[in-house]
Amino acid sequence: MASLTRKKRTILPGFGLSMGYTVFYLSAIVIVPLSMVFLNTLHMGVQPFINAVTSPRVLASYKLSFSAAFFAAIFDAFAGFLVSWVLVRYRFPGRKLLDSLVDLPFALPTAVAGICFATLYSPVGWLGQFADKWHIGIINTPTGIVIALIFIGFPFVVRTLQPVLEELEPEIEESAYCLGATRLQTFRKILLPHLFPALLTGATLAFARSIGEYGSVIFIAGNLPMKTEIAPLMIMSKLDQFDYAGASAVALVLLLLSFAMLLVLNGVQDWQQKANH
Amino acid sequence: MIDNRRKNSDPAAVQVLLTILVLLFYFSFIFLPLALVFSQAFQKGWEIYLEAVRDPFTIEAVKLTLLTAAIVVPLNAVFGVTAAWAITKFNFRGKSTLKTLLDLPFAVSPVIAGLIFVLLAGSRTPLGSWLGEQGIKIIFSTPGIVIATLFVTFPFVARELIPLMESQGCEEEEAAITLGARGWHVFWKITLPNIRWGLLYGMILCTARSIGEFGAVSVVSGHIRGQTNTIPLQVEILYSEYNFTASFAVASLLVFLSLIIVLIKGLIEKKFRKNSIQLQ
Amino acid sequence: MGIELLNITKKFAAYTALDNISLSVASGDLVALLGPSGCGKTTLLRIIAGLDLPDSGKIILENRDTTWLPPREKNVGFVFQHYALFRRMNVFENVAFGLKVLARDKRPAKSEIKDRVEHLLKLVQMDWAMKRYPSQLSGGQRQRVALARALAVNPRVLLLDEPFSALDAKVRQELRRWLRKLHDEIHVTSIFVTHDQEEALELADRIVVINKGRIEQQGTPQEVYDHPANAFVYNFLGNVNVFHGRIRNGWVILGEQHHVEAPDELKNLEEKDGKAFVRPYEIGISRIQSNGSDLLGTITDVRLLGGQIGLELECDGFNTPIEAEISRELFRNLELGRGEKVFVTLNKVKVFTGDYEI
Repeated sequence: MASLTRKKRTILPGFGLSMGYTVFYLSAIVIVPLSMVFLNTLHMGVQPFINAVTSPRVLASYKLSFSAAFFAAIFDAFAGFLVSWVLVRYRFPGRKLLDSLVDLPFALPTAVAGICFATLYSPVGWLGQFADKWHIGIINTPTGIVIALIFIGFPFVVRTLQPVLEELEPEIEESAYCLGATRLQTFRKILLPHLFPALLTGATLAFARSIGEYGSVIFIAGNLPMKTEIAPLMIMSKLDQFDYAGASAVALVLLLLSFAMLLVLNGVQDWQQKANH
Repeated sequence: MIDNRRKNSDPAAVQVLLTILVLLFYFSFIFLPLALVFSQAFQKGWEIYLEAVRDPFTIEAVKLTLLTAAIVVPLNAVFGVTAAWAITKFNFRGKSTLKTLLDLPFAVSPVIAGLIFVLLAGSRTPLGSWLGEQGIKIIFSTPGIVIATLFVTFPFVARELIPLMESQGCEEEEAAITLGARGWHVFWKITLPNIRWGLLYGMILCTARSIGEFGAVSVVSGHIRGQTNTIPLQVEILYSEYNFTASFAVASLLVFLSLIIVLIKGLIEKKFRKNSIQLQ
Repeated sequence: MGIELLNITKKFAAYTALDNISLSVASGDLVALLGPSGCGKTTLLRIIAGLDLPDSGKIILENRDTTWLPPREKNVGFVFQHYALFRRMNVFENVAFGLKVLARDKRPAKSEIKDRVEHLLKLVQMDWAMKRYPSQLSGGQRQRVALARALAVNPRVLLLDEPFSALDAKVRQELRRWLRKLHDEIHVTSIFVTHDQEEALELADRIVVINKGRIEQQGTPQEVYDHPANAFVYNFLGNVNVFHGRIRNGWVILGEQHHVEAPDELKNLEEKDGKAFVRPYEIGISRIQSNGSDLLGTITDVRLLGGQIGLELECDGFNTPIEAEISRELFRNLELGRGEKVFVTLNKVKVFTGDYEI
């Protein structure tokens, strides 16, 4: 039947026009500009490229971007799970408001988030003063970066997990209870495996987004060389020095990383779909 | 529906505990930052706030931002509808590759999104210097800001429409054709009314991002006050000059906007869900 | 001739959906395309409508070759399986659509459109719902609106894809009779696709049985039902007991040693495998042996089938159970029940040789 439904679609008009325009626009806005990164690094030659991307400052920035994104994604997985669980399963006044506000990090310009967290955690800020008193470094440290990235990433987890949690049939749990499972057993053996693919997808999305994040991070990071410089900032500073080749090289590595994440994500999503059908 | 059926909810103590945890998270990550913006913006009173908002450079930034959105959103909306039509109404080789490519800009760091246009049309590139001779400036000028914003908001509309149109299938369009309708007619009378909420939803997301984009725009803008500063860049400049009150005052405009967008999004989403229920 | 199809072939990649189909439908007839799902019947309907294109062959509607015409110019009415009503238009707008999209010189005046739509909606008994939206209608109501919409453009032929499949049993019955009556009133050449033999038998003037992209048989319901051309048709049109048998010297041997006289066309066969078919209601049940060829059987199950009683019998020499249907009256008179022994007569045995698959 699959092949039958496939050929159904030939009679509608506009294939040439819509396909042509799609390919043209995609090439003009995305493909051609993106290929500039590859072209520019091709000009460089191998040794300068390796030098550019393995200089200690650049390496440190990769490491920082990667690890901060990783820890933020882990935290988001937990927080996002908690938030979607409470939003889907409990009823309390203000729930709809909380649900809407999940999207705030998507809608709020990153620069605004950036200055908010920088001010909030500054030594005299609302939260920063406590951190200062207890000698916990947040501003100008990787911890601060992780906090900003948690904010950026958590809607990804909630918005991927929520629909799966909503569509979960109560019968699945009920049948487990009927078979004598305890609440905790049901959670561990039935619910968690069911939700895990979506959770992983959400966390991967948050991670992928965090690796390239710029606006919300630079204000709280302090941008100390070797300590709190993220990879996108390295590109920025190389650009400021008109080192286009160097910027391209750093960008290329970051791009390849992102594409790898995209592939991983496709794999995870396939797995999620298979798991849910 | 779900509430009526869900008899196996957690014990009250667990519910209270988890809800408190969630509220704590919201408090520190959502409410506190929001409160901070307004408290900082208004800490010196209304007068200062209004002064900061009415600053000519701020007004110029608002104008530029709105102009950018006004160009970017329609372009990407038209593209989104076209791409969704090609992808959902026809079958062809390489469809899944095309879908992946549409999502590509989401995977690219905003800074790289800016960088690629500097590499393409900056004054040191062949294209850029040729354009310069013609008196056209792309980078560090409005066209650069527009095109970088086009890139970062590229997938929003298509991404909303593709799953929607896939779920709606082609039968209504085919029915219209057997009844004698022509191509454009089918699109205007049948397809467009069916996807209008999804389209609006995608356009709102696109607007939000094009107004708030920082990283990509910051690379291509050149930060010339009153000329190539968008609202987020204005916020950044004021902040880096330690003019916190003004910075947060301008930021509060963006916060307002994003709160409205979040609200509209919630409303449209309801319509959206109702639609998809009707579908079944 | 209303519809003529000549050598229609359609392939999807390696799979042949339609294999050289030729078919004529007289003007004003109501024809059923009957076959199992995936047999190609819907594809054939879509090709007639122009929604799919054939790889080869010709489609002639009302003596005009329409093979390569776009669906817009074919002037066919198509009723989709799930109706495909325009969900953003109310019932009136749905039915009026086909008239409103006509080229300006052919388009009727507004008042005329209104009259025509109202007339059609009266015809399908939906005039009370003109301002309703499709989501506010039941399945049967949507079906009737879809029909009115298809009829609005005065189609040369009306095509219906599984028109009743999405309805529940009772509505289906009603709508079936109603559609037959409607067709008798308006007499537009119509083809409908179905996998339900009862529907085809009850509704159609002629039935075309399709299997694996080929026409197995066509004829009036009576012809097809009483004289099935082959094993597939026999099996597809109603419940049936299938026995493996051997044909030898003018006899068909079923089970271990039950002999039935072979049909004339197989009389001369020396020895061949065959299959014998007996409809459940062609099986006689009796307490007394009527002739020597009766089987001795034991009732293993009794089922209530509406007005009839269904029996499952185990007969000596047969390794598969036999299904029989008898009237309630006979069931009562013979005082039958599970475990009772009875004599079983196979009244009408149809034998086919050759390959067949379902």
